[in-house]
Formats: sequence, C-alpha cells, structure tokens
Amino acid sequence: MTRSVLPVATVALAAIILWYAASALVGTNLLPRPDQVIGALGDSIFGWPLSSPRNLLYHAGVTAEEALLGLAVALVIGGVIATLIVHVKALDRSLMPWVIASQTVPVLAIAPMVVVVLGNLGLSGLVPKVAIAAYLAFFPIVVGLVKGMRAPETIQFELLQTYSARESEIFSKLRLPASVAFLFPSLRVSAALAVMGAIVAELPTGAQAGLGSRLLAGSYYGQTLMVWSALLAASLLSALILGAISLLEAGLRWQRGGRL
Amino acid sequence: MKLPAVSARDLRVEFKGTVALERISLDIAPGDFVSFIGPSGCGKTTLLRAIADLVQPTSGELKVNGVSAAEARRARAYGYVFQAPALYAWRNIERNVMLPLEIMGLPKQERQQRAARYLDLVGLSAFSKKFPWQLSGGMQQRASIARALSFEPSLLLMDEPFGALDEITRDGLNLHLQDLWRTTGLTCGFVTHSIDEAVFLSTRIVVMSPRPGRIVEIIESDLPRTRDLALRDSAVFADVAHRVRAALRAGHSYD
Repeated sequence: MTRSVLPVATVALAAIILWYAASALVGTNLLPRPDQVIGALGDSIFGWPLSSPRNLLYHAGVTAEEALLGLAVALVIGGVIATLIVHVKALDRSLMPWVIASQTVPVLAIAPMVVVVLGNLGLSGLVPKVAIAAYLAFFPIVVGLVKGMRAPETIQFELLQTYSARESEIFSKLRLPASVAFLFPSLRVSAALAVMGAIVAELPTGAQAGLGSRLLAGSYYGQTLMVWSALLAASLLSALILGAISLLEAGLRWQRGGRL
Repeated sequence: MKLPAVSARDLRVEFKGTVALERISLDIAPGDFVSFIGPSGCGKTTLLRAIADLVQPTSGELKVNGVSAAEARRARAYGYVFQAPALYAWRNIERNVMLPLEIMGLPKQERQQRAARYLDLVGLSAFSKKFPWQLSGGMQQRASIARALSFEPSLLLMDEPFGALDEITRDGLNLHLQDLWRTTGLTCGFVTHSIDEAVFLSTRIVVMSPRPGRIVEIIESDLPRTRDLALRDSAVFADVAHRVRAALRAGHSYD
C-alpha cells in the first residue's frame, strides 16, 4: 500500500507547492490558492441544497450522467465495430481508416455542429452531450477490442476448430474473454475522454447545467474561483470513474484467479 | 477385418508449390499406437494435421473412421493435443477440461463428472481449481490431454506433446500415457523426434524423411503391450531402436 501511495502523495505535494508559488507570482485573482479553491468547492457543495444550480455537486452529477451514458454507448458501438472488423475482412480494410479519421476531427470544432444538427432534429438536452462523449470514447475501445480479439494464439483457435465449434462459439469462448485484458486500459482512456467530451458538449448549449456550463459562466463573468473549482470537480469526477473501472478490473481479476 | 481408424492412399500435400508430403499410404488399426518420427521438415506434423482436417490434402484419399477427415472432425472423432498446452488462461483447469463438453452441449452435471474423471486419470484432481499459469509445463500438458480425452474420442492425435519438457518429466509422462493407452483401448497418433519416446510408446513406428516428406519404412514393434521404464534397457528395446535408426539413415535423415 505504502509503495503505491507514497509516490502519488509526493507528486501531489509537489503540485500543491508549485500551485501556491504560481498563484503568489501571478496573483490570486487569476490563479486562486489551493485553499481558496477547496474552500469555494466546499462552500458550493455544503452551502446549497443538492438540487440547487449553485451546488457544484449538482453540476458534477449532470456531467457524470452524460459521461457515463456516453461511455456506455461507446462500449456498445465500439464493441459492434470491433466485432465487425475482426470478422469481416472487407470491413477491416474499409472501416478502420474511417475509425481513425474520425479522431482527427477536432472535437471543439465538431461539438457545436453536432449540438446544432441534433437540436434541429429535435434532440436537445442529454442526447448531443452523450453523442459527443461517445464519439470521443469509442475509438480507444475499438482499438483495444480489435487487438484483444486477435490476441489468442493460432493453436487456441485450431483447438476450437478440432471441436468443430461455430463462429459464435469462437467469439464467446475465445475472442471475447481474451479481449477483456485489452479492454481495461482502453476503458481508462475512454473514461477520461468521455468526461472531456461531455464538458466540451456543454459549452455551446447555452450553459444551463453541468461542469462545462460552470466553466463557461465563470470565465464569462470573470469568476476565476468558479472556473478553478469546476476544473477541480471535473478532475475529481474523472478520478472517481477511473477508480470505479479499477474496482471492476480487480473484481474480474479475482474471478480469474489473480490474472487478467 | 475391422475398419481402420485412419486410412491414407497416395496422399499428397503441397503448400504454394512446395511438396510437404507425397505418396503417403498408411493404415492405422483401431487400438494401435502409431508414432511418426523423422527430422524437421519430413512432414510428420503435416500428416497429423491432415488427419485432423487442419490441413487440406492436394490429392489422394484420406479416411478417418471410414469417412472423410472433414466429416470425422465434424463428428468429433478425435482429440488433438498440440505442441503447447493451449489452455485458456482465464479458465481454471477444470473449466479448461470442460471446454469441449460445453461446445458439444453436454449438461453441466455431466461436464463436471467428466472433468473430474479425466483429471483424475491424468493425476490432476488436486489442481482442478488452479489456473494454467499456476501449474508446471508438464502438468499443463497433462491437463490438455485430459481435455482431449474428456469427450471420449476413439482417436487421440498428439503433435510432439512433450517436446518442450525436460527429459525426466517426459519419461514420467510417457509412462503415464502408455498406461492410459493400454487401459482405455484408444487409438493414438503421436508425432515425435525422439527415438526413445517412439519406441517406448508405439506398436508401430512410421519413419519419415524430408524433401519431399515421405514414409521410408513402417516398423512393427516387438515390445509387449505393458511397458515400464526398465524395458528401455532391454535388448528388445535396443533392437527396435536400432531398426528405427537404420530406417532414418536409409532415408538420408543424417546427411
């Protein structure tokens, strides 16, 4: 335990010291001190009821819902795309370049367009945010799953051939379980991307709710404390989701006797 | 005469213009233990894979249990043991042994009974809940043999199953396999590059030579069916080993 805590604590301490030094240098108006940010965070969480738009937990909850739904959609779409790529030779060559190309489009540019287009179709609120979170998050999942589904050795495939197993059984008994070990590193990257995607998607929607809206409102009204506490809340949210993923991974590892 | 377990007539296998096997004619009688021996590139593994329908012959006739190799595979006529254990790391040993039974649709209780029976047969009962990486290489290969036996095929095909193991472990496993073959009445096809192993286990030894892969001689063993490690120091054993070496020399395997 100490082996993993100590290095993290050291870096955290160094970051806090640097933060204090930086805020002394540029002034607390631009960069509030850590204690100010944590104080503001605490005030907003404990000073208002949970349902109030002044409570940062309310906004974090909105963003969390968007990000988690986005991640779930990404997992389903990524799973389907990866399965198609692995099983259909033509799609391996035709689909993968498009999957890669999709990630070269800057999300900041495409997010407002998605919001506007979906809004015209009558889809506003949750849908555009989930769509953008999923758009960012599906890519690492596809890459991880494709790699994982191709990871088993030739003889592991041939073994199933000697049982004259069906393609669906090769998938469920070999490809899928083998890909799990590759899925978790992807899932971590995707989770962080989903939170970022949800926040970016909140920006062009008039900033009604969510951490993105707090960032926008804070910068609009020159409230740096509001901006920094929203940023801190966003990173805490990401850390929480990553923690949940690690817990899931640990559970699966336990089920597999200690190795994934 | 009983239907041969494997029957090949003038079999030929080519890979992209390279002849891997030619003029292979061979019958394996039920209950036989047949070893295929020869230097690298003699096509012994290819022949075993052709019998298993993992490789398609270019020409010639190949019957397994009286039907084509593909039909025999679909009928799950044989169990195959690869050079490496090919166990699935996410399944414990018991569930690895139950893998073919799941695919063949056996009910859960039957699967558990079979797994218990065959793990006991290879001496791994105490390790059924362990995962593959927690076992030694020899134990892993024993688990893979239990898996190949679990659905009770009449034919067991093994491709250098003990090639990666040390000699002492290998002796132990040979003894075990010999015992298994004698008590179950299985038909075995066994690829090896060890003369001692081939002589110790087989009723017939198919000596092969490379470029192109072909059969030099089929040696009938005079050894009794029941064998122990001491037999390897006997004159009969030395005589069979000598005949194998002579056949290998005749096939220019030492050139």
